[in-house]
Amino acid sequence: MALQITQSCVNCWACVDVCPNDAIYADKPHFLIDDMKCTECLGDHATPQCAAICPIEMAIVDELGEFLNPPGSLTGIPIEKLKEFGLYREVA
Amino acid sequence: MELPVISNAAPKEASGGGCSSSGCGTAPDALSHLPDHIRAKVQDHPCYSEEAHHYFARMHVAVAPACNIQCNYCNRKYDCSNESRPGVVSELLTPDQAIKKVLAVAAEIPQMTVLGIAGPGDPLANPARTFETFEQLSEKAPDIKLCVSTNGLSLPQYVDEIAKHNIDHVTITINCVDPEVGAKIYPWIYWNNKRIFGIEGAKILIEQQQKGLEMLTSRGILVKVNSVLIPGVNDEHLKEVSKIVKAKGAFLHNVMPLIAEPEHGTYYGIMEQPEPTPEQLQDLQDACAGDMAMMRHCRQCRADAVGLVGEDRGDEFTMDKIDVMDVDYEAAMVRRKEVHDSIIEKLEAQRGHTKPKPQGIPEGSRPVLMAVAGKNGLVAEHFGHAKEFLIYEASPDGVRFISHRKTELYCGGMDSCGEGDEEPDSLLDRNIKVLEGCEVVLCSKIGFEPWGKLEAAGIAPNGEHAMEPIEEAVMTVYKEIAATGRLLPSTDSLKVA
Ligand code: SF4
Ligand code: SF4
Ligand code: SF4
Repeated sequence: MALQITQSCVNCWACVDVCPNDAIYADKPHFLIDDMKCTECLGDHATPQCAAICPIEMAIVDELGEFLNPPGSLTGIPIEKLKEFGLYREVA
Repeated sequence: MELPVISNAAPKEASGGGCSSSGCGTAPDALSHLPDHIRAKVQDHPCYSEEAHHYFARMHVAVAPACNIQCNYCNRKYDCSNESRPGVVSELLTPDQAIKKVLAVAAEIPQMTVLGIAGPGDPLANPARTFETFEQLSEKAPDIKLCVSTNGLSLPQYVDEIAKHNIDHVTITINCVDPEVGAKIYPWIYWNNKRIFGIEGAKILIEQQQKGLEMLTSRGILVKVNSVLIPGVNDEHLKEVSKIVKAKGAFLHNVMPLIAEPEHGTYYGIMEQPEPTPEQLQDLQDACAGDMAMMRHCRQCRADAVGLVGEDRGDEFTMDKIDVMDVDYEAAMVRRKEVHDSIIEKLEAQRGHTKPKPQGIPEGSRPVLMAVAGKNGLVAEHFGHAKEFLIYEASPDGVRFISHRKTELYCGGMDSCGEGDEEPDSLLDRNIKVLEGCEVVLCSKIGFEPWGKLEAAGIAPNGEHAMEPIEEAVMTVYKEIAATGRLLPSTDSLKVA
């Protein structure tokens, strides 16, 4: 059970500081989650903390590859606009 | 070593304020309304004092990447746009690297008096990195003033820590005091381990900002408030914001224009939220001014800017260059003190002689706005080379600085550039539009073509005062216009259109 960080990540560090398990580390080209350490925050918090603070849609996925913050969910920018600006993806 | 005048020690009697008679109305500078002990703290601060920013330099270090809220004018790929222009990326430093950089810069540029942490995210969302930097600095470079800016969400929690590190200038970005307005600016916040959207989130943010502001001022820590002017969202509302933050003891309110370019990928950029025109900005600054100091010379520096406000020498101090520098800070501090003392002497001398009211201007003449292509206090720039124009107002009371307006030197647009039938000189048209409301533009030189276009736009170009001090040149031109009688109410003048 672990979350993963995708190519949408902008390396902003926000998730690193809030992870209760120190599971997130800086890497190139983007940050990564150590799947041996990540518990999806079970037992610590009601929701995965990295996904609760991450400002970037599509940057975090679960084991099924589902976005925890799908396109438009954080900014409220309509999907058509996201597509127009190349900011929309179906899958990670 | 103690530097008495620029020391950042907070005065003990925090509430002893009140307006001293000497501080009211007579001094030419916009900070004159402040109580003496606050004025003493800010008058040599390049970001806060209009006169000091010509002589003293500031720098920012980018040690704080994380943020705990989202602003609709921010794309988190870039630096926090509450303090810097959106769309720029600073070199992220560890606290140790930051200390090295600050010492190197301070030794090289003795005028550097202020170190700020402003991003690239929210400094207080990175408490360990931020306070580690401050702690090391107060130890190694006690002659440097410290300041920090924040969105305010975590502020109440860290006020004591801030007081401990002797950080005496805090900037809070406050864009609203009404959660319904806030929900249009902040889509969400991260609070108590949850993401909270909309009005609910904005309400918490506003409460925290206001609480933090009160806690800081009650401890005698100076607070500047930044606001981003977003037309149609918070423009009218900012007048109320200004009243409230002033009542709570903020010493300066800085209203900055929204920057919303689609290519920055921000919510406002993509949704085509209009930016304010220079005139809208100025009207609002005037409306908020009342008896509170408005900061009009803010240039929205980037978070790792180095140097005098308006210039950036950051490229000389990248980490690879600093690594090979050998800094003797003890020796540098001695040199720094000499430089500071001589600048302060110069500033004191300037403050000492209150400018006499100009003579020979008919009573009742209306004020005139002039744009100046200036550098280091002189009319020194070629019209076409000016990266910004300084806007001055001349009136029978004298000359005062109003704002600066940026021009576009090169194309920043995505695909608006070279598209369709846009002529190459449309840039010139746009720059002339930036000068809206001005009647004269002073520069060292100006080409034939812009000359004609400016005249057609009702702005008189003037290249006769090259290399003269700006305020003198503006007054001379004002007197010339006044002498024609054009500045008097139209009934008793010739009225030249
Ligand atoms: S889900 Fe929780 S444990 Fe896993 S990386 Fe994110 S914050 Fe850490
Ligand atoms: S918070 Fe999101 S964007 Fe920032 S580093 Fe973590 S995964 Fe990347
Ligand atoms: S506080 Fe700064 S970094 Fe955070 S979202 Fe707002 S502008 Fe961006």
